Amino acid sequence: MASADILCSFKEMNVMSDVAQTADGGAISTSVPSFSIWHPGLVAAVFWFLTAAITWGLPDVIPWGSQGLFAAMTAVGGGVLVALALTIHHLGALGRRIAYWGPWFIAVGVWFLVWEYTTAKTGWLPKPFFSPPHGLLQVYVVDWSRLLICIGYSLRLWGIGFFSGITVGFALGVALGWSARFNYWGMPVLKLIGPVPATAWIPATFYFFPTTFHASIFLVALSCGIPVAILTAAGVSQVNRAFYDVARTLGANERFLVLKVAVPAALNHVFVGLFMGLYYSFAVLVVAEMLGAKYGLGWYIAFQSAYSAYANVYATIVIMAILCSGLVKLLFVARDRLLVWQEKGLI
Amino acid sequence: MTALVKEAAVQRALSLDIRSVSHHYDIAGVRFEVLDDISLSLEPGEFVALLGPSGCGKSTLLRLAAGLERPRTGTLLEDNTEIEAPDPSRLLVFQDPTLFPWRTVRKNVATGLEARGLLPEKAHRIDEALSLVRLEDFANAYPRQLSGGMAQRVALARALVNDPGLLLLDEPFGKLDSLTRLSLQTEFLKLWQNAGFTALLVTHDVEEALLLAGRVVVLSDRPARILAEFKVPLDYPRHRDDPDFIRLRRDILHRLGVQNV
Repeated sequence: MASADILCSFKEMNVMSDVAQTADGGAISTSVPSFSIWHPGLVAAVFWFLTAAITWGLPDVIPWGSQGLFAAMTAVGGGVLVALALTIHHLGALGRRIAYWGPWFIAVGVWFLVWEYTTAKTGWLPKPFFSPPHGLLQVYVVDWSRLLICIGYSLRLWGIGFFSGITVGFALGVALGWSARFNYWGMPVLKLIGPVPATAWIPATFYFFPTTFHASIFLVALSCGIPVAILTAAGVSQVNRAFYDVARTLGANERFLVLKVAVPAALNHVFVGLFMGLYYSFAVLVVAEMLGAKYGLGWYIAFQSAYSAYANVYATIVIMAILCSGLVKLLFVARDRLLVWQEKGLI
Repeated sequence: MTALVKEAAVQRALSLDIRSVSHHYDIAGVRFEVLDDISLSLEPGEFVALLGPSGCGKSTLLRLAAGLERPRTGTLLEDNTEIEAPDPSRLLVFQDPTLFPWRTVRKNVATGLEARGLLPEKAHRIDEALSLVRLEDFANAYPRQLSGGMAQRVALARALVNDPGLLLLDEPFGKLDSLTRLSLQTEFLKLWQNAGFTALLVTHDVEEALLLAGRVVVLSDRPARILAEFKVPLDYPRHRDDPDFIRLRRDILHRLGVQNV
């Protein structure tokens, strides 16, 4: 991967220049007697310590549990922030990256403080609809094994559904974009079925498939396969005809034209479809789990809200947020890898 | 570089026979006559320029010769064999370089060899072709990182690496700035002299035709007919201030309907 080499050497150059700058910065800070302090870090630390203090010092209106653990965690966070405030100017590139998030550290500290005070300590936001931060923590502490199993089940269902869906959708899209006959028969069907929300199929699929697990896989696959198919077909059919002419004169057969010309030229569209499919697949996953699964994050939310255990619901939503945004991030990384040829101003 | 020239010289230059070719397009139910009874023969190794006003159908003639389309009437023969489909023995270089933007320069040049499954044994030819157009240092660059002249040189290398016996050039220098155009014309002339392929160049630039070609064929406005043929009996390198050059230029322009130049 020559392009990756270029990228790597580029990053090295950046790092090197960072190092050079820090060396300069270090020289300056040692020569100047006054010690430079990262002020946002100190301000953030104050709020984190305050949160720890009221969590530990004031009694809960109704006991939530994990009070001490949360107080300890925020206190450690405050300690780390103080340490960073004193040393961040010696940490070079890493330090600058941390410093960038300074206002966020403050905001999170304020958020924790207000959240803790208005829920657990005063009861202004009452149980069961609201939960203090250590209420969520308590859910992880008590129910972590069941949550891990649910994460495993959800990822398995999502993984099988998503990857089979995009594989079939991609193949279908290439065929629709490439073959006029396939397009003639396939496109009207796809255009008719495509806009139907995948969740509308739930009653039918639960009847047709042997288990709800199979039905759920089908629904997730359907939800992401359709946008991938439509966007891939659009991408393939919009490829500049001149590329095909050039490739044909160079001796390309149809296989080469599809795989080495049409597909890479359409990849941009394919990724738009993949992103759409990814979001749809999350939505369908949770609904499918809520309706017919034995385990899984969607099932967990439905189960816990039936008992008004809203702390558990919020705790699960936090897990989902991390999982889903992580998967979106992964897809971004994959796209940037594959579409490196599009990037502007790399060299 | 010398290896490529030698090997390419072994590749036989091909003849091209265009016999009473007429062609039309049907666009939205309207019939557009494009070519009107064109007959033209190119000897192996010959350099012929097709000169005519923009939009007269020159490019269509090249597409027919490349085998990308079949003529409505008439036949085109390559070495006395009818041209029915594209073949890497005759290659088309377009006005736009039309490089594959997702492939590096090296992989663009390698396309023909890869498509025909010749990559393993002929991989060394890619470096030779790149050095021939002086782009060795840009082998791993992507097309968007190249200037117009560099991109067109890559397009030339992408064609030459396949040792074409016939090169069809559709205003390949038309979109370049004038300085780049001059240097690329000179470079291309050297490539032709060394490699010895047959070349059919479409252009609307009289001077370009006279600088490069041994014979200039003047076409009419659409539908294109052959108006006149001029032999260019000048030695290379040719000079624009040569009296014979100036006289030929005036005659050709006159034939194209431009006077008092």
